[in-house]
Amino acid sequence: MTVLEDLAPPPKVDVQPTAASRREQWQRRLPLLPALIYTIVVTQIPFVVTLWYSFQSYFWNTTAAAHFNGLSNYKTVFTNPAFRSSLVRSVVMTATAVIVAMILGVAFAVLLDRKFLGRGVVRTLIITPFLVMPAAAALVWAGPMLDPNFGLLNYLLEPFGVHHVAWLSVHALGSVIVVMIWQWTPFMTLIILAGLQSQPSDTLEAAKVDGAGAFATFRELTLPHLRPYIELGILLGSIYLVNVFDAVRLMTNGGPGTATTNLPFYLFQQVNNAFDIGGAAATGVVTVILTIIVATFALRMFARVFQFEGA
Amino acid sequence: MTAVPVQPGPRRLREMSGKVGWGIVAWVVGIAFFLPVLWMVITAFKPESAAQTWPPKFVFSPTLSEFRLVFSGMGPFLTHSVVATVGSTILVVLLGVPAAYALSVHPVKHWRDGLFFFISTKMLPIVAAIGPLYVIALKAHLLDSIWLLIILYTAMNLPLAIWMIRSFMLEVPKELLEAARLDGAGRIREINGVILPIISPGLVSTALICVIFAWNELFLALNLTVTNAATMPMFLISSVPQEGLYLAHLSAAATVASIPVILVGWIAQRSLVRGLSMGAIK
Repeated sequence: MTVLEDLAPPPKVDVQPTAASRREQWQRRLPLLPALIYTIVVTQIPFVVTLWYSFQSYFWNTTAAAHFNGLSNYKTVFTNPAFRSSLVRSVVMTATAVIVAMILGVAFAVLLDRKFLGRGVVRTLIITPFLVMPAAAALVWAGPMLDPNFGLLNYLLEPFGVHHVAWLSVHALGSVIVVMIWQWTPFMTLIILAGLQSQPSDTLEAAKVDGAGAFATFRELTLPHLRPYIELGILLGSIYLVNVFDAVRLMTNGGPGTATTNLPFYLFQQVNNAFDIGGAAATGVVTVILTIIVATFALRMFARVFQFEGA
Repeated sequence: MTAVPVQPGPRRLREMSGKVGWGIVAWVVGIAFFLPVLWMVITAFKPESAAQTWPPKFVFSPTLSEFRLVFSGMGPFLTHSVVATVGSTILVVLLGVPAAYALSVHPVKHWRDGLFFFISTKMLPIVAAIGPLYVIALKAHLLDSIWLLIILYTAMNLPLAIWMIRSFMLEVPKELLEAARLDGAGRIREINGVILPIISPGLVSTALICVIFAWNELFLALNLTVTNAATMPMFLISSVPQEGLYLAHLSAAATVASIPVILVGWIAQRSLVRGLSMGAIK
């Protein structure tokens, strides 16, 4: 039987790496090296330097030379409530924005998945907020949209009993999150729409023939199919949204008080207002360690999510 | 056999009206979502005095005066933005194509680790290193230099580009690569002669995604440049004065600064999903 023959041990082959195979390996590696070295140099060196400065007292507005001060920067990070509250705010802002954007994204995608007159135009309208320069979005929302005296939103809400609300003072955090949601819903919509359009139509037809209602079909068939797309959207959205800076800086400047100070803005303030390179570095190191913990899980999720498209 | 006349029965009618109904809902949602952009453009055409009124004015005589003001002031900012965006995108493609090749067509041994190394750098918050980055730039005499932005934007977009280009390379039919190899084509000829022509649409959409992110970047520009390399987002910030009327001027500046990327995004709509999902979604 040929099958049995196949099970026979393969003839011994000399597996010593020959000069030729070693050259082959280098030929494979060579094209990767420029990008790899570039990325290591540009993205890793700043973090090594950050580690270095995190053990030093270094204020760049003074002429005093930097000097080591042991763990005192770290002590400040962990005892200073400002770090903790900006960390919590970052988590709240990111989680709220990502979740709401995803819910809206699913709803919009379901709308766009149907055939109707001018579907392409509506799709274009919906993706546009993502393309608006974030600095422009922040300033246009802060001014023409949310201005307490002249803003469009107060005008549109007047019939509902809303009178000249100073959104950026009274609902600062909410306003910033709304702009984040507005900019990132299109991203979620596009990813979920791709998921909906990849759903095999015959299973949907079969469900219809079996008499399943639209909602039941969506819950039992479509949502499970969308799961990897939802995970991908949440993952990528979080990577970008956790670093949101433009909206905070340009809409509320972290205020009123520290009501909208997230971690990126807090770090920005440490460097730009307190001139505290050492303190900012220590904050940065702690941030990076936290990020690595989260990213380890995220990367595992990434590997799983990417398998669904056979990458 | 007699043909059964298809009467639009009540069920069918309900379906049709349902279709129209959902279409209307979609249009309303789309317009509501687009409204802030529309309002930005409308406000940009107002004279300054008509931009700050209560109730907001919807009928006014449009003027180009704010646009004229914007165009007269944005020259250097525009140049810096174009140089930083185009420069970094070219560098990304030059570094990204060979790297993607080494991670897909003739993969190195630990290609999986390589891929995840690149993506993990996207997760490191650059804000964490901004202080030291400032000091490094200062000591390297790169502060307020357009080269610094090119270098950093390249590093920012490279992981994304490698993942995306790789996903296009994986789609090149194996038979074509085999055929080229039988013809005695080396690696260089394989890339130039077979792979690049096939993936060139993919390369274009990769480049467009890089352009979007580089053009819109504010954090690094704000921290590391002053005048010699200040980009369009910084021009926008400078268009908000300490006092006086400014909403029309701001809107005009915001419109002008956003238009290039909005147009690029509209044109590249089809490939936007793929780029944003880093090649995961085709």
